[in-house]
Order: sequence, then C-alpha cells, then structure tokens
Amino acid sequence: MKTWLTAEITTSAFHARAQRFYYGWLRLRANRLAFAGFCILVGLCVVAILAPLLAPEGSNEQSLALRLRPPSREHWFGTDELGRDIFARIVWGARITIRISCLVAVIAAPIGLAVGTAAGYFGGWVDTVLMRLNDIFLSFPGLILALGFVAALGPGIGNAVIAIALTAWPPIARLARAETLTIRASDYIAAVRIQGAGPLRIILRHIVPMCVPSVVVRITLNMAGIILTAAGLGFLGLGAQPPTPEWGAMLSTGRQNMLGAWWLAAVPGLAILLTSLAFNLFGDGLRDVLDPRSE
Amino acid sequence: MSDTAQLLVDDLHVRFRTPQKLVHAVRGVSFTVGREKVGIVGESGSGKSTVGRAILKLTPANGTVSAARMRFQDIDLAAASETAMLKVRGRRISMIMQDPRHALDPVMRVGEQIGEALDGRGLSRAERRERVLGMLEAVHIRAPKRVYDLYPHEVSGGMGQRVMIAMMLAPEPDLLIADEPTSALDVTVRMQVLAILDELVSTRGLGLMFISHDLNLVASFCDRVLIMYAGRIVEECRAAALGEAQHPYTRGLLASLPRIGERRARLEVLKRDPAWLEA
Amino acid sequence: MIAVQELRVRFGQGAGSVQAVDGVSFDVAEGETFGLVGESGCGKSTILRALCGLNPAWTGAVAIAGAPLARPPGRAFFRRVQMVFQDPYASLHPRHTVNTTLMEPLAIHGMDDRDRRVAEVLLQVGLGPAFRYRYPHQLSGGQRQRLAIARALILEPRVLLLDEPTSALDVSVQAEILNLLSDIRAARGLTCLLVSHDLAVIAHLCDRLAVMQHGRIVEQLDVGMLAGGRTNTAYGTSLLQASLGYDRRLARAGIEEGPI
Repeated sequence: MKTWLTAEITTSAFHARAQRFYYGWLRLRANRLAFAGFCILVGLCVVAILAPLLAPEGSNEQSLALRLRPPSREHWFGTDELGRDIFARIVWGARITIRISCLVAVIAAPIGLAVGTAAGYFGGWVDTVLMRLNDIFLSFPGLILALGFVAALGPGIGNAVIAIALTAWPPIARLARAETLTIRASDYIAAVRIQGAGPLRIILRHIVPMCVPSVVVRITLNMAGIILTAAGLGFLGLGAQPPTPEWGAMLSTGRQNMLGAWWLAAVPGLAILLTSLAFNLFGDGLRDVLDPRSE
Repeated sequence: MSDTAQLLVDDLHVRFRTPQKLVHAVRGVSFTVGREKVGIVGESGSGKSTVGRAILKLTPANGTVSAARMRFQDIDLAAASETAMLKVRGRRISMIMQDPRHALDPVMRVGEQIGEALDGRGLSRAERRERVLGMLEAVHIRAPKRVYDLYPHEVSGGMGQRVMIAMMLAPEPDLLIADEPTSALDVTVRMQVLAILDELVSTRGLGLMFISHDLNLVASFCDRVLIMYAGRIVEECRAAALGEAQHPYTRGLLASLPRIGERRARLEVLKRDPAWLEA
Repeated sequence: MIAVQELRVRFGQGAGSVQAVDGVSFDVAEGETFGLVGESGCGKSTILRALCGLNPAWTGAVAIAGAPLARPPGRAFFRRVQMVFQDPYASLHPRHTVNTTLMEPLAIHGMDDRDRRVAEVLLQVGLGPAFRYRYPHQLSGGQRQRLAIARALILEPRVLLLDEPTSALDVSVQAEILNLLSDIRAARGLTCLLVSHDLAVIAHLCDRLAVMQHGRIVEQLDVGMLAGGRTNTAYGTSLLQASLGYDRRLARAGIEEGPI
C-alpha cells in the first residue's frame, strides 16, 4: 500500500489523486497544531454520530428533583435548571453545531465561488454589479445582518442557517475574485482559450479548482465565527428554540444561574471555544496542505 | 593563472536542509579570482549562484557553508562573523543581481540610493552628490543630473542595470560578483552593460566573478571560465580556448548550441553520464 | 498560409495608449517557418496573441489557412491554429495531470478515440505512457515543454505559433526541444510562426525572418542572408553582432546609452 502511494510513476488518474491526498495527509501530520485541531474535529463528529450510545436517555430527560446539581459521577457536567444532564445535552448539541456549520459551508462556499469567479473572469459591468452587491453585504456586521434576516424570517435553526450563510459568502466571493484575476491572466488559461473552450468550461474546470483550496481554508477559518454567530443567535433566543440543546442557547439560559451554578454556562462555553479553536488550527494547517507549491 | 589572487576558495561545500532531505548543492569547489574576469557557467541547479552567495555569506538560513579555506585579500571569510561581513559586503565585495527592478528601492530616488552606499565615510552632502554623479558618468549615463532625481520605475531595464552597477561600484570594491547581470536585458543593451563592466574592470583593476548560463557570452567576455555541473567544477580553461575544452559535458553543451551561419538539421543532444557526478 | 496585412494593435485608450504593433505585413507560405525577432516590447508576442485570437483589439486584415480571422474566432479555427507558450512552468494547469491536460482539447471539440490520440501524441513528443498520470510539478522543464507541444498538436493543427518556446529552458534542453520541433514540423508538414529574441534559434529553425523594432518590421530577410551577415539595416546588423557574442571593440563603440 505504501509503495503504491509513494510510487514514482502513477498508473491511473485514481492513483495520481490518491498519491496527492497521501502527501497532503503527511504534511498535515507533520504540522502538530493543525493535526490536533483535526483530531478534535474528528472527535466531535464521532461524538455526534455516537450520541444515542453516549447519552441514550436523550437531551430532554427532565428530573426536577435533580435541578442544578454540580458535576458528579452520575452527571459528568452537572445538571441544569430543569434537571437535564448537561453532558447529554452537549453530546446531542454537537449534532446541531456540526449540522449548522456544514450547511452554512455548503450554502456559502458555492455562492461565494460562483459570484467571485464570475465577477473576476468577466470583469466589466458584471464585476461592478456583483461586487457592489458584495459591498452592501460586507458593510453590515455579520451578527447584525443575521439578526435582521432571522427577525424577518422568524426564529429557528433553519432560518439561522440561511441567515448565517447570507453573511458568510461575501468574504469568500472577494477572495475568489482576487484569485480569479491572477489566474485569468495566466498562460494556462490562455492555452485553454485557444483550444476553443467557452467561459463556463474555463471557470468550472480551470479556475474553480485553483480557487477551491484558498476558499476551503478561508471557510474553515471562518467556521469559528460561524459557530459563534450561531451561538450568538441562540443566545439571543433567535436561533434554536427550547428545548433544542444548542450550545449558544444553553449558554444563554445558563447565564441566569451563573453565580450559583457556574457549570451551566461554563460547559457549553468551553465546547464552543474548543470547537472554534480546533477549526482555526486546522484551517491554518490546511493552507500548507493544499498549497500546490509545497508538493 | 591569476597574478595576485584576490579571492581564494578551497573545497567549498554548501548543503541545504529541506523537510524531505539534505541537498548537497555545492560539492567541493576550489578556485581563485585575481584582477580578471572569471566566468562561472552552468545550467540551472548546477550550484553556480549558490557559490556566489556563499562567498558573501548570503546563503539562506536552511543552508550550511563549509570550506577548507575561503579568503579574500587579508580576510578569512570562512571564519568571519556577521559583523565582520558587514564591512566586507558592498564595500570590498559587491554583488550585482539579475533584475535591477527587484533590487532597487522603489520609493527612493536613484541618486540617493547610490549615495547610501557611501554612508559612513564622513562626506558632506555636496561631496557625496559629486561622487554619485561621477559614478553615473562612469557607467556612461548621458544626463547624470537628471537620472539622479529619477525613481527606479522611471528608468528602463538597461539604465536600471547601469544604476545598479554604479551603486555597487560607489564604495570602490575590489571584487564584483555579478549573478546573471544581463539575462533580464535585451541583447543590444546587454552589450552596452558588458562594455561598461569590461571597462571598469580594466581601468580600476577589479576582479569580476561573472555567473551566467550563457556559454557563448562568457566565452567571449571573460578571461577564464569555470564550468559547473551538479555542484562541482568539471572544467576550468581560458575563455579563448573553450573550443578545445576536454570535458564531455562542456563539449556537449557547446555542440547543443544553435549557431548562426552553421545550419544543422539536428542539434546534438547532451547525453548525461552519471560518471560526471564524480569526475 | 498566413497572410497579415497592415496589422495594428493598440493597448489602452486616450493619451496613455501604446501602439504596440504599428502596421505590420508579412506572408508565410504553406510548410514554411517564419521567424519574428526583436527585443522585448517590440510587439512580436503581441502579433502572436492577435493571430491566435487572444487579443481582439486589432485592426488590419489577417487570413490564416485561407479564411479571414474573425473576432472572436469560431471553434473550428482553433483546430487549424495552435500555440506553444514561452514558459512551461506557467502554461500548464498545476492541478491537471498530463492526461487531463491532453483530454481537455479533445473533449472541447468532441473528438473520438481519445485514449489512442493521447497515447499517440505522448509518444510523438517523446514522453511515453509512464508520464500520463503525472502532475506538472513532477516534470522537468523540458518535459513540461514537451507536454505543452503535445497539447498544441493533439488537435492536429496546420499552423503552429511558437512564442519563445525555449527561452525558459537550459541550453542542453533547448537542443532537445528544437530537435523535437523540427521533427514534428517535418512529420506533419506544419506551417510555423516562431517568435524569439534569440537570433541563433531563429536561424536554426526558420526559412525567412522579419526583424522588428518599436512595433514595426524593419527588415525581412532569409536565413542565408543572415548567415552571410548580409543584413540591410543598422538595427539588424547590431542585433546580429550582439547575438554572435561579446566583442570589445564593437561594444565599446556602442557604449553610450540609448533613450531612457
């Protein structure tokens, strides 16, 4: 297997791609902090997948007799004001966090890429229109804009995702446009143009693959902010609605009992901190991994 | 061959550490440079530029330089500290880079940049200006007073290289290391710049180390040629006698050059022999 | 095969505009190789870019393979005319394997039998099947330029535009590429237009050449005249002398700078 992956001569398209992934993986392994971030994220996914096993009682099992218990052997992270086990809520909440971040990435990255590459490649009035639109979105602080959207669309996780995605695409479009401007002037784009390729083909097959690495890095680094915005919306009561175990909403309700029961706010707060930190570390390392010059 | 060896390099090695492996870029190079024009020729990756930088101790941080002896006049370069090198670089040994546009400070007038090289000599402003104008004249710039006040982006490539040469020569060094000084220039401008270098070497008694990939140019311009291959000097000969070179690599390179007035259906292709790595 | 009449290309508009090509006319016969030589900024590469449809801002009359050059040229045009770029480190997509690079033009033009065509053209440029699934960063400069030539050939064009095809390469590699170009030209009966600043390369490959300066053709001559040193203009002579190597006497005479 190893000799196949490091072979001097690659024998198929699949082989070549596998080899590229393998070398990227080695570079990620070599970068300790990034790898630590990667491990935390993998751990988070595992926790989310295994939620039914880790916390079989579910996230909304109330027991008013056990209100506000500090962390103990039965309740690792303590219980909240309704006697719900905080560990179980954190575990189930991981699913929501992952769902929000993935959905936002899946919505925002393609929009940003499409707008940015089109503006960069066509230039002229297309560029002007798209970029002014972009400026409008950029000129609002993300959370405020998201607040506005949620206020208009109504609270809930689905609407929160749409609202956050709408605030997350403009920086990506900016980045993609800047990359496209340099790529467009390169000889390999000129070469495919004189093979008779049309604009759509050039953008999709030749420009986008060059933009994807930096967009992936950017969105990974932004993920921390996305999670915080989601938590912020939850905190303000505009994101996930009770009794959904969303970390930001947990933090918000925990705040009322903060003086007497610190774990209510501290545990979800730490979970948010750890996850955004992991995204940041991983994103930083991805930059090196995805850079073709380092191959 | 050199009457008074200015620079003596004996068994120079340069190694680079990359994440993957240790690269032995220069493997035991020995030569001397007197008051003459010595060309170092080689293809990309032969280590020729690395030699030039190692002499001035400008090797990047991931490289290590070792040499049995490396001496310039009375200075032991091999043992010299970084502070000692500051007194050597630009004052006694100057280096001319390939592209003047990257080597000149874009927000500083040309004349002031040349003047900077004269700092610390206790010259008055007027004296300094006088010296700079003198230098600009020495590189045959027709209107030195006007060029003095220009910014680097306002001068052409050839003019920029003249300015670079003036800047490097202002402190009156004894040795000039020129790394591909004319590769970024057009052929006709190239000749002018070479003529200036030629004149300065002969009138001021400088030593010139001319690093280039252009065999033809070096053969017609220099006094002596060192041919580098894979980090070693494979051959050393008088430039005029390059046609009688012995080493198969040199002969192969010469044969692979297209020549005007000597039309061949096919050019000879260099067949690399692994034995050259050791020879 | 190529007929260019009064070609003009202007960059920019208004006062800051530059007339990069200023009324250039020349003809290239079928199967002939024509050279454009001159120093940087003389407009030689701009002519190539206009001829292959990359720069639509030209005026004049251009006919290639009997058909006038349209703006933009139709897809069929690119099957007749292809180009090889100067720098093989910049002209290949860094994330496409050799195979993807060569398949792309076949897919664009909907050509059949793609597998066989790719294998054939790789053999013809001397790369062989072992290179098929490599990325450009795994290739040397010479191998990259071979791939760039393969990409130009795979559409089986009749006209090949060569923009300084060897100036980014070492001399020993240059010889390989020049040999490859003359072999291919002979095998396919290609008409070539070669742009270079290196008179020796032009003299090696071309039958006739034009010397350019400041966007104009100063003189046209055939290679025999060049070899015999029979240039007709002062500029052509100085270019020829400069490419023969350094000559102290001549260089000293020309030491004074030109215009800034």
